[in-house]
Amino acid sequence: MQHDEHLFRHEFGRLVSALTRIFGLQNVALAEDVVQDTFCRALEVWKLRGVPENPSAWLMTSAKNRAIDLLRRERAERNLLPQLGGALESEWTLVSTVNDVFDVETIADDELRMIFSCCHPELSESTQIALTLNVFCGFTANEIAAVLLSKRAAIEKRIERGKKALAASERLFDLADEELPERLRAVQRVIYLLFNEGYHGASPKAAIRAELCREAMRLGSVLLDRELVATPSSYALCALMAFHAARLRARINGSGELVSLFDQDRSLWDTELIARGVRLLEHAATGSDASEYHLEAAIAAVHCAAPSAEATDWRQIVWLYDMLMRVAPSPVVALNRAIAISYRDGPEEGIAEIRAIAESERLASYPFYSAALGELEMRTGNVAEARRQFEAAVTLARNATERRFLQSKVAVLSR
Amino acid sequence: MSEFIYLYRGGSRPESPSEGEKVMQSWVAWLQDLGANGHLKDRGQPLEGEGKVVRNKRTITDGPYAESKDIVAGYTVVEAKDIAQAADLASGCPIFDRGGFVEVRPVMQM
Repeated sequence: MQHDEHLFRHEFGRLVSALTRIFGLQNVALAEDVVQDTFCRALEVWKLRGVPENPSAWLMTSAKNRAIDLLRRERAERNLLPQLGGALESEWTLVSTVNDVFDVETIADDELRMIFSCCHPELSESTQIALTLNVFCGFTANEIAAVLLSKRAAIEKRIERGKKALAASERLFDLADEELPERLRAVQRVIYLLFNEGYHGASPKAAIRAELCREAMRLGSVLLDRELVATPSSYALCALMAFHAARLRARINGSGELVSLFDQDRSLWDTELIARGVRLLEHAATGSDASEYHLEAAIAAVHCAAPSAEATDWRQIVWLYDMLMRVAPSPVVALNRAIAISYRDGPEEGIAEIRAIAESERLASYPFYSAALGELEMRTGNVAEARRQFEAAVTLARNATERRFLQSKVAVLSR
Repeated sequence: MSEFIYLYRGGSRPESPSEGEKVMQSWVAWLQDLGANGHLKDRGQPLEGEGKVVRNKRTITDGPYAESKDIVAGYTVVEAKDIAQAADLASGCPIFDRGGFVEVRPVMQM
C-alpha cells in the first residue's frame, strides 16, 4: 500500500485554495477548517480500510461535499458568509458552481493565486513566509516555529497579521492575469528565502529543515505549471533549488555534522536532481534577462559538474560572481566571490579581496566571514591567525551545528 | 484461535496535515503487521461520531451514549490464541499516541 507520505500536506494547499475561491479570502480560516475536517475523516476511514486507489480524488470529493453542506446551512443561517454570491444562493446552481471550482485547471490557477495572495506586497518577507507555510503548506504555528527556529508566539502574531491583511484585500485573489507577473518577484523571493532557510539553517533537526527545501521546490513547480509566470527567472530559481537540493545529502554527515562543499563526498550528490537542474537551466536560458537566480543557478551548476573541489572551473565561477555582483550585490556574494578568487589565484589574493569588501561591517556578525579568512590564512600557512579567525567565528555561530563545525576547525589548528 | 473485537475509543484529532500523515502511517503499519502475522480477521469499519440512541419505541435521543472521550470510533475483528494474546497485540495500537484506548472483547463462543 504505497502512497505519497506527504499526501495531506500536498493536498492542503490545493483544497484550501479551491475553498477560498468559494468562501472568499476573508474566510481563509473557514476554508482551513473544512480541509482539516476532511483530512480527519479521511484518516478515520483510511487507517482502518486502507488508502483508496486515488486518494486525491477521494479528498477532493469529500471536501466538495462538506463545502456544499456548509453552504446549504449558511443559506439558512447566514452568520459566516453574509456575502454569499448569487450562484451559491440558488439550489439550482450551487452544486454545479462548486463542481466548477474543483475543476482541475481552476484548482491549479487558484493554487497559484493563493500563493500570490500570501505574498501580499504590504507584508514583510518574514510574514509572507510564515503565512505561505501556514495557509498553503498546512504547517501549524508550532511547526513553523520549529523549522524557522523562532518562537511560537512570534509566528502566531505573524500569521494573524497576515490573515488580517488577506481579509482586507478581497480583490487579491482575483488579481487580473496581467498583475501576476508584477508580483512575481515577491513570490520568487519568498520561495528562495524559504529554500535557503531549509538549506543553510542546518540544525540537529536537519530532517525537518529538508522539508522546507521540499516545500519551496513544490511552490516553485506551481509557478512552472502556469505559462504566465513560468518565466526564465522562475525556471532559473527552480534550477538553483534542484542543484542545491542535490547536494543536501552530502551536507550533513552521519553524525549530523556540517560538511563544507570542499569536503563533501560527491558520490552522495543526487545525480537525478542535478540532471533536472540542468534541464531547468536550459529552459531558463531564453530571453535576455539574467536574473540573480540565473547566476546563482549557473554557479551551482559549475560546482555540480566538478568531480572535485580542485577540478572546479574557478575561472567560470569568479566570472559568474562578477556578474552577480552587478545584478544583486551583497556582502555575502562578495565574500563568496573572494573565496572563488582564492581558488583561482591563490589564498593571498582571496584575503585581499575579503579585506576589500565594502560594507564588511555588515558581515561582522556572519560567522562564515571570519571562517573564510581563517580558511585562507590556513592555506597560506599562517596558523596562528587562522586559529584566531576561527575562534572569532565560533562566538558568532548561529546554531549548535555551525558551532561544532567551527570548533572542529579550531581543534585541527590547535594540534 | 478465537475471535476478538477491538473497539477503538476516544483519541484526539491530529492538528496538522503532517501530524495526520504520521498517524496514518503508524496505523497502516500496525494493521499490516497484524495481517502479516495472521491475526487480522476483518479490518472493520470507522464509525461516525454522531448517531441516535434508541431506548424503546418512544425514547429516541440524539448522540452516542458514551462520554465523548470514550466514544467508539471504529472496530476491528482479530484472531488470537486467547484474550491475553489479543490484549498483548492491541498494546501496539497507535491510538495510545493520541490519548485513546482499545477495548478488547472476546466474541462469545458456542
